[in-house]
Amino acid sequence: MTAPALSRTWTGRLRARAEQALPPEQLLPDHQPVYVASWIYVFGVLTLAAFIVVLVSGGVLALKGPQWWHRSSTGHYFNSLHLWSVELFMAFMVIHLWGKFFMAAWRGRRAMTWITGAVCFLGSIGTAFTGYLVQSNLDSQWISTQAKDGLNSAGVGAFFNVLDFGQMLMWHIVLLPLVVGFVIGIHILQVRRRGVVPPMEIDPRDLVAQNVTS
Amino acid sequence: MLVMGAPINLNHPGHYVHWGVIQISVANLVVISVMVVLFVLAMLLPFPKGRNRR
Amino acid sequence: MTTGVTKWAGRTREYDLVKEFVVALVVVSVLTVALAAVFSSPDEKQITISTWSRGAPNDFVLTAATELDGTSGTATYGAPYNHTPDAAQKIGPVSLQHIAGVTHPIDTVADFVVGPLTGVPADAALAAALAQWQGAAAGQQQKWASGYDDALSKATDNDPAQVKSGDYGPVPVMLTRLLTMAQSGGLDGALLAQKQFFATDYTKPLLFIADGSYLEDRARAQHLGGDQWGMMNETGNYPGQAWLWLYTFWYQVKPFSTSGNADALVWGLMALLSLALVLVPFIPGVRSIPRWVPIHRLIWRDYYRGIRT
Repeated sequence: MTAPALSRTWTGRLRARAEQALPPEQLLPDHQPVYVASWIYVFGVLTLAAFIVVLVSGGVLALKGPQWWHRSSTGHYFNSLHLWSVELFMAFMVIHLWGKFFMAAWRGRRAMTWITGAVCFLGSIGTAFTGYLVQSNLDSQWISTQAKDGLNSAGVGAFFNVLDFGQMLMWHIVLLPLVVGFVIGIHILQVRRRGVVPPMEIDPRDLVAQNVTS
Repeated sequence: MLVMGAPINLNHPGHYVHWGVIQISVANLVVISVMVVLFVLAMLLPFPKGRNRR
Repeated sequence: MTTGVTKWAGRTREYDLVKEFVVALVVVSVLTVALAAVFSSPDEKQITISTWSRGAPNDFVLTAATELDGTSGTATYGAPYNHTPDAAQKIGPVSLQHIAGVTHPIDTVADFVVGPLTGVPADAALAAALAQWQGAAAGQQQKWASGYDDALSKATDNDPAQVKSGDYGPVPVMLTRLLTMAQSGGLDGALLAQKQFFATDYTKPLLFIADGSYLEDRARAQHLGGDQWGMMNETGNYPGQAWLWLYTFWYQVKPFSTSGNADALVWGLMALLSLALVLVPFIPGVRSIPRWVPIHRLIWRDYYRGIRT
């Protein structure tokens, strides 16, 4: 059965492009190349799983407001969930990064996958940092009054004021998670679009009709 | 007080390792060591394989 | 050059991505629940201007004296708080700090001392002191404030009661009243609520607290100091932001550890290194490291072993 031709509307063109870039069998494949056989491959999905736990635990803290965790033992436990899921998220992400570096995973037009991954890493550091600023305890007081010097020295402090609790809370719970989540989305679509990077030496049997670029 | 409820209380004064210019908390050292161990294990442990096609 | 296959058309194997994701989510959730239950999380109590001024009244009064004579960290900071000449840090000849300008103006005399005191009701001695202060020329105000700050610095334990007698004008009365106001908690509110009822901006109270040594003493005791690799540390025995190791490393070594421009230099360097991380695929040499380090031989050992030439 052939799909009916798409109209030349903007909608039709967008759908045609999306289907061409990521047909369903490529978006959710049930097979992977034979070389995808190492535990190092699970650290990407572990990072994604930890990101979801971070979002959920942070979401509960957001539901009850920024002071809840100081007063309630349940709140404190959710703060602990948030902290430890972040520690896991960062640890898994860094191991994922080590693995991808030593695979030179940017080969074969996969540079954008690497770039979006690195941006995720840097964005996550910023998000974690603003999280430390909005704990409203001694940590936040010290970290904000110290960090202002670095940011002010670069001119960033002029509009990004780490001493403004309200501003930092907004960055931490809205802007940065939105950006990191969006970039993670692009990163995963890039992985699906380009596929998992092949080994540095290829078995001749796999080179049939291969498209090798330099 | 709420924190005291945890089976392992980490609120005692921190332990630190000094090595020349390097100064690191034992907690961070443990986290980094666990990451390195996980990386090495991921390299060495055999990965279960699915069925082949073609 | 790095070469790579853009689209794999070779052998494949069944691989269940969705199942892998679900298992990963369960594993991470269980791990998180267990770690949180076993280790909890730190919550080192905040300090307020009230707890500071009661715990270390002499440090508070000395700090207030520096706000009044314009020698405190905040008063001499430069952008974005005020126009102190040559205070802005530079990267080479460029000062981004100066270019960004004063976006958060703070006049420590008016904002930290005189302003809050004018709100204190029914205190004749204070009203007279403030009238004397406001009626004096700037030079006279500076003379009183500097004289008192000097005398207080030299007094035993910086104790206001031990200050050598001298002509300090209204300054001793003003600072004594500011201490009373601080201890009662009034200054916390006054610094936060300036001009508005709802407040989320703690710039003023935090800068005031950070000008004293009370906060720093508490932080250093927890290994949070900048020269203690503090950026990656957490209070107690908790792991901190270990991923900041490189950022905090630079502050420990020369030339940064002895430079007045350390913040700007380290920031610039880290911005450059971050860009390098993002652009690894395009940096000759760096992008070839994975070829020279045979870790890929471990990762793909099964595949390489099966290669038939």
